[in-house]
Amino acid sequence: MVEKRQQTTVNGQRELPPLTGPDALALLESVKDPEVPVLSVVELGIVRGVEVDGAGQAATITVTPTYSGCPAMQVIEEEIVAALRAGGFRAVEVRTVYAPAWTTDWISDAAREKLRAYGIAPPGQVTAEQLVPLGPVVRSVSCPFCGSPNTSLTSEFGATACKSLHVCHACRQPFEHFKAF
Amino acid sequence: MTPPLFEYLLRLGDDRLVLGHRLSEWCGHGPILEEDIATANLSLDLLGQATLFLRLAGQVEGSGRDEDALAYWRDENQFRNLQLVELPRGDFGFTTMRQFLFDAWSFHLLEALSRSTHAGLAAIAAKAHKENRYHLRHSSEWVLRLGDGTGESHARMQAALDELWPWTGELWYQDGVDATLRADGVVPDLDPLRALWDAMAKEVISRATLTLPRGPMRMTGGRAGRHTEHLGHMLAEMQIVARSHPGAKW
Repeated sequence: MVEKRQQTTVNGQRELPPLTGPDALALLESVKDPEVPVLSVVELGIVRGVEVDGAGQAATITVTPTYSGCPAMQVIEEEIVAALRAGGFRAVEVRTVYAPAWTTDWISDAAREKLRAYGIAPPGQVTAEQLVPLGPVVRSVSCPFCGSPNTSLTSEFGATACKSLHVCHACRQPFEHFKAF
Repeated sequence: MTPPLFEYLLRLGDDRLVLGHRLSEWCGHGPILEEDIATANLSLDLLGQATLFLRLAGQVEGSGRDEDALAYWRDENQFRNLQLVELPRGDFGFTTMRQFLFDAWSFHLLEALSRSTHAGLAAIAAKAHKENRYHLRHSSEWVLRLGDGTGESHARMQAALDELWPWTGELWYQDGVDATLRADGVVPDLDPLRALWDAMAKEVISRATLTLPRGPMRMTGGRAGRHTEHLGHMLAEMQIVARSHPGAKW
């Protein structure tokens, strides 16, 4: 979180000290993906760039959608604007780019561990999956609860396109897997 | 005359908008829960891709039309989709077979388009290609499972293939729009892609123990706005809310 900024008085007008890129990034860490509320938009790799103007008052955030049909993107953009304005930015612009295409490989190891702790098996490496154009795909997913590799797929799609459903035969726990993409 | 790139982007967008709508009709009606969810997710991807292609089309046109204006305020003869994608969804076998034939075609087309000299088009195509990969895995898996399944599922898949095959001729339709854009490296020549698609389709159809139909291809015309009687009915349902409440937002 960004510390509340001290207000100073210059020529009788209340001025705020300029904000920086790291300030904006810290504020963005508070914006979570509504579908995966344990990860921030920065950890997921949705945020591709952060620019702050020289006066430290306007921020331009570049984002990329996870899936082209992701219904959460509009909410995410609104939350980015709200979080930065609440943090002191007077103007916030959100730009969208499509290249390079988003990939789960951008999710850091620390963020993957957060997913696992939340009960979602984190994604594997993308390359292995992309080599298989014709189905079915075989992937080994370990249970996020007990760690057993003795699991099987129950549904290729779950609550969102990014997750599949599995069941663990060791602890009998059904769980979600964030698919490599 | 409309700019060729605008026209081409309508084709890409409308294919996905119309097929995405057909898939969305399964929501709540899937044969099993897992496939109900899968079909809705595939539909969402296609609608997302349609949004991106149509948004870019609107920007290329430069007349202030956005993706919603293009989706909801054009009439049937202004749609540029393949006739294949507008056919009613049929049973799950028909839906699955159509999806496979389309996904396999998209696989090769999007891969080629991701190398387009037009950066905006290339970016959307590359993103759509990633999604199409798992669409193709899913649809090919189901063609195999149902084709090489029970007597009932095999018969339905063969009937679906017999019905759909003649509509695949239009996948290879090219005209002046393609030729103009091809000259600038914006879009690929479809002819070399046909052999790749043929090989992929035949491999899966053969492994699914199905028989490739013979016989003539059907009429074409979707790219020029000539459609089957089914598109108008679909658009009436798809467009009525937007047209009854112009400018409504939620």
